[in-house]
Amino acid sequence: MSGRAIFAGLDMDFPRGKITAIMGPSGTGKTTLLRLITGQIQADRGSVRVAGEDMRSLKRDDLYALRRRMGMLFQNGALLTDLSVFENVAFPLREHTDLPERLIRELVLTKLQAVGLRGAAGLMPSELSGGMGRRVALARAIVMDPEILIYDEPFVGLDPISLGVILRLIRRLNDTLGLTSIVVSHDVREISTVADNVFLLSGGLVVARGTPSDLQANSTEVVRQFIGGLADGPVPFHYPAPDYFGELLARGEGS
Amino acid sequence: MKVIRELWRSLIDALTGLGAVTRFLLRLTAVSPGALLRFDLIVAQIFNSGALSLVIIMLAGLFVGMVLGLQGFSLLQRFGSEEALGEASAIGLVRELGPVITALLFAGRAGTALASELGLMRATDQLSAMEMMAVDPIKRVVVPRFLGGVIAMPLLAAIFSLIGIYGAQLIGVQVMGVDSGSFWSQMRDGVGLVDIREGVVKSLIFGIACSLIAVYEGYYAIPTAAGVGRATTRTVVTSAVVVLFLDYLLTSAFL
Repeated sequence: MSGRAIFAGLDMDFPRGKITAIMGPSGTGKTTLLRLITGQIQADRGSVRVAGEDMRSLKRDDLYALRRRMGMLFQNGALLTDLSVFENVAFPLREHTDLPERLIRELVLTKLQAVGLRGAAGLMPSELSGGMGRRVALARAIVMDPEILIYDEPFVGLDPISLGVILRLIRRLNDTLGLTSIVVSHDVREISTVADNVFLLSGGLVVARGTPSDLQANSTEVVRQFIGGLADGPVPFHYPAPDYFGELLARGEGS
Repeated sequence: MKVIRELWRSLIDALTGLGAVTRFLLRLTAVSPGALLRFDLIVAQIFNSGALSLVIIMLAGLFVGMVLGLQGFSLLQRFGSEEALGEASAIGLVRELGPVITALLFAGRAGTALASELGLMRATDQLSAMEMMAVDPIKRVVVPRFLGGVIAMPLLAAIFSLIGIYGAQLIGVQVMGVDSGSFWSQMRDGVGLVDIREGVVKSLIFGIACSLIAVYEGYYAIPTAAGVGRATTRTVVTSAVVVLFLDYLLTSAFL
């Protein structure tokens, strides 16, 4: 506990059935926000409600029951490295259900088909490319048919083709499965093409909210800096430091 | 003054660590009955910790036994009682060398593997992913590894002692010419159930200690390359010290 407040006066809502994007510069607390929503950490003050449940009042078993209704795609996929692609996708089914093997096989292959990787079912995670790994993780995240799907930086480090595939999958899964999707990303252009709503966070506050086109039209300085990718602005390029010349000179004298 | 403060702080740190490990052990114990229902997971870990350590255990057992045969023969010959070689080496192996050396080798071979595997699972978000899939990583990952180690250790120690006795026989009887009949019959008369019980109890307790240290260090490793490396090193160092300390306590309790 450093005692520093990460968020203050944050008020966000994620409507059912929509894709909501959370954007913002690095270090602004986006991942922390996801961990609050999923109950991995608890807020010191204020409340987080997911599907009507207050995350703080939930007991461990209730939290786990709620998590079965959520799917999460981690930044690096987080596939279990000792299990094959098939077994990774089957993992939640085997842990939570007593379905017969034949049905598990069918469900897993259906989900893998949905992400285009049915042919890779027998591979190990180490044999997959980054984009493929993330698609397998996506298949795993939807195998229990969740109501809420959370993506933590789904586009980082992907080539344009994989990125396009993931982007289309986010939209298609949301529409066909009737999901509520939350996407954390700082890829402005990409996410604007699929999101219904966007929150722009900076310094622990929501600095802008609305549809992607609202954001494009927004003329506040911080939004312009983020959308336009400008190095300096309200979000400083430099980490706080003493005066540059002063420090250089001081070092010169010391040596 | 400063020295006292430092000493005080390291004492507090050590006690805090001991408390944390104890709490972790209680948590593992609480989850263990449930984990026992899925014995297939434990069997896989007995294979990982036990079967894969067999080669090093058997080789070490053979050499230790051979050295015992050589040293024991030269010592006993001074008193003209080489026939007692069988009894002497068997008691030394079953009560002391078997459990202790097996535990030290186990910490080096299986303990490090456990710690680095868990540490890397933490670093690559695999444990968080399990939590997000409403699967308790303690129950699914940690406890099977812990119990696998606890079960494997007495078996490994028994194999070590067995091979060790063969090694002592190889040198004592085959090379040095001790009478084969008296070697075996003195061993049979001299080694009682008490000796075997001491060996089994020791190796069980060492199994609990080594497995606990390995899974604790791995589970709480700092999720970086350096952090996982440090967890692995600490596993070996702590296990070795704890095993030798416990060995003294147990030996004095059994005498």
